Amino acid sequence: MNWKRVFKSTEFYVAVVLLLLCMAVQIKSGQFFTGNNLVDITRAFSIPAMFCIGEMFVIITGGVDVSFPAIASMSMFIVCSEMEHMTSNPLAFFVVAMFIGLAIGLINGFIIAKFRFPALIVTLGTSSICFGIMQGVFKSREYPLCAPLYELGQTKLFSVTNSVSGLTSDMPIGVILMILLIFAGWFILNKTMLGRGIYAIGGDVKAAQRAGFNVFGILMFIYAFSGCMAGLIGVLRSTMLLAVHPNNLEGLEMTVIAACVLGGVRMAGGKGTVLGALLGMALLTIVDNSLILLDISTTWQKVFTGAIIIIGTAASALQAKRDERKLTVKLNEGGK
Amino acid sequence: METLKGFIDKDKNLARLLIVFVVVFAICAVLKGSLFLSVSNFQSMGKQFPEFGLLAIAMAFTLFTAGIDLSVVAIANLCAVLMAKVLPTLITPDTAASQATMMILLACCMAVMVGVLCGALNGFLIGVIGITPILATLGTQALFMGCAIVMTNGSTLGGLPKQLSAGINSNVAGIPVTILIFAVFAVFSAYIMSRTTIGYKLRMLGTSEKASTFSGFSNVKLYITNYVLSGLLSAVAGIIMLGRFNSAKADYGASYVMEAILIAVLGGVDPYGGKGNMKGVIVAIIIVQMISSWLNMYEGISNFYRQIIWGALLIFVLIYNYIVNEREKKKAMKG
Repeated sequence: MNWKRVFKSTEFYVAVVLLLLCMAVQIKSGQFFTGNNLVDITRAFSIPAMFCIGEMFVIITGGVDVSFPAIASMSMFIVCSEMEHMTSNPLAFFVVAMFIGLAIGLINGFIIAKFRFPALIVTLGTSSICFGIMQGVFKSREYPLCAPLYELGQTKLFSVTNSVSGLTSDMPIGVILMILLIFAGWFILNKTMLGRGIYAIGGDVKAAQRAGFNVFGILMFIYAFSGCMAGLIGVLRSTMLLAVHPNNLEGLEMTVIAACVLGGVRMAGGKGTVLGALLGMALLTIVDNSLILLDISTTWQKVFTGAIIIIGTAASALQAKRDERKLTVKLNEGGK
Repeated sequence: METLKGFIDKDKNLARLLIVFVVVFAICAVLKGSLFLSVSNFQSMGKQFPEFGLLAIAMAFTLFTAGIDLSVVAIANLCAVLMAKVLPTLITPDTAASQATMMILLACCMAVMVGVLCGALNGFLIGVIGITPILATLGTQALFMGCAIVMTNGSTLGGLPKQLSAGINSNVAGIPVTILIFAVFAVFSAYIMSRTTIGYKLRMLGTSEKASTFSGFSNVKLYITNYVLSGLLSAVAGIIMLGRFNSAKADYGASYVMEAILIAVLGGVDPYGGKGNMKGVIVAIIIVQMISSWLNMYEGISNFYRQIIWGALLIFVLIYNYIVNEREKKKAMKG
C-alpha cells in the first residue's frame, strides 16, 4: 500500500475531520459512542447514502442529477396509494416503483445523452414534472402505509437500548439493502468495463468515444440506474418511516450532491470513489445528528450545512488549482 | 417590409419570441375572451410578474457566463426577512408620514446592500477560489436560507408598517408601481448587457474563459460583477415580494428558481454561455406570465399542473433551440 498516496487523498482528510468531530461530540455530550446513538446515525445515514451511489455515478461522468427525490417520492406515492388493494406481497411494491423510476431515469438519460444538454437543467425539469404529477394527478397527501409494507418496516435486525437514557433504537432491515447497493456501486466502478467507461467519459468525452466506449449507452445506463434506485429507495424510505410522507425527501438532492463533492468526487467529472462519497455523507449526517446532542437549536442546521459545503468545496477547488499549477510548472521545466 | 426583414435577420431569436408572444396572446384572448382582455386582468398580471421577472433576469446574467445562480431566491428571502426584522422597530404607528417613507427607503437601501454582499460572496467563491457555480451557489443558498431561518425561527414574519405594502401595491396613472420598478431594472440590465463594455466582456467570458483571460480581462472582477448584479436584482425582487405578501418567510417562492431558469432559456440564453440577450428574456417573462394567468382562469387546473407544464416546457424549449441551432449550423456550412 502506498501510504504517501493515502495521506494526500481527500478521503483521508475527510476521515480525519470525521473522527475529530466524533471525538469532540463524545467529549462534549458523552452520548456519541453509545449503541443507540450509533444505530440512530446508521438509520439516518442509510437513505442518503444509497442516493449517493447513483448520484456519484452521474457526477463522475460530469453531470448532475437533481431529480431523484422527485422520482423517489412520486414512485413511492403511486405504488403506496394505488396498489394497496392489489397485492399483499411487499416485493411487488418495490418492483413496480423501480420500473416507474427506471422509466423517468431513461427519459433523463435519453435527453441528456442525445442532446448533451446541461444535466442540471434537464433534471430540474423532470423533477418539476414528477412533483407535479404526484401532487396534481395523484393528489398526494400524508397517507397511511399499507399492511404488507408496514409489517416489513416493523421487522428489525436488532435493537439497542441506552442504559443511561433508556431510549431504544432499532436497526432497520433496509441497512442490508444499503450494504448491497454500496457493494454493487463499488463493483461496477472498480471491477467492470462499464466503470472504466464512466470515469473515461468524465475525463474527456471525445477521448472516451475514440477509445471505443459507447458513450450514449453508458450515459443512458447511469441516469436509468439513478432513477431505478430512486424508486427502490423511495419505497424503502416509507417502510422506515412507517407512513407515506410525499414531501419528505424534497431538498435531499442538495445534501447528497454536497456529500459526494465533500468526499472528493469532482464536479467536473472523472474523479471520485465510493468510500469518499460515503465519508462525505457520514460527515453531513453526523453534523446534523450532533447538533441535537450539543444542544444547538435545529434552526441552525441549514447554516451549518451551507458552511460545510462552501468550506469543503473551497478546499478541494484550491487543491485542484494548486495541482494544476504544479503540473504547469513541471511541463514548463520539461520544455526547457 | 425591408425594415421588417432587416429586423428579423438581425435578431432571429427575438423575432421568434415575438411571434410566440402574439400566438399565445391570441390563444388566450380567443379562449377566455373578455376575462383575459379585461383591465383588471392586465393589472393583476402586472403585479405578479415583476418578482420572478427580476429573478429571471438575475439568472440570465449568470447563465450568460456559463454559470448558474441557485441562490437567487434565498437572497431575495434573506433581504425580505432582514427588512421585516428592521422595519417594525424603526416605524411605529405614530411615526410621521415623511419620516416613515425615509425609513422605508433606508431599509430598502440596506436590503440592496445585503443582496450585493451576498452576490459578491458568490462571485468570490467562483472567481477567486474557483468553485464551480453550481456548487458555490448551492452552498450559499443553504447558508443564506439558513440565516433567514435562524432570524425568523422558521416562522412567518408579519406586522409590517402599512406604508410599505401600500406603496408597493399602489398604481401610478393606472400602472402598478411594481411594473415601474421592474421596467427600470429591466432597461438597466438590457443596457448593461448590450451597450456597455462590461456586457461585452461578460459575453466573452461566457463564450470562453481562456479567451477572456488571454484578452487581458480580469476574470475575477468579471465573475464578481456578474454575481453582484444577480444579487442586486434578487434583493429588489425580495423587496417586491415583501410588499406583495406583506410578510417574510425563509422559504417563500421555492418554485421560482426553476421558473427563472425556464424563462432565461426560453428567452434564448444558452446555458452553455455567451449567447442571448435581455430583450428576449423580457419577452419570455411576459409570455410565461400570460400562460400562467390564463391557466389560472380554469378552475379545474390546480397549481400542481403548472409544475408539469413548466418542466415539460423547459425541456421542449431546450430541444427546440438545439434543433434550430443545428439547422443554422448546417446552413452556415453550406454557405
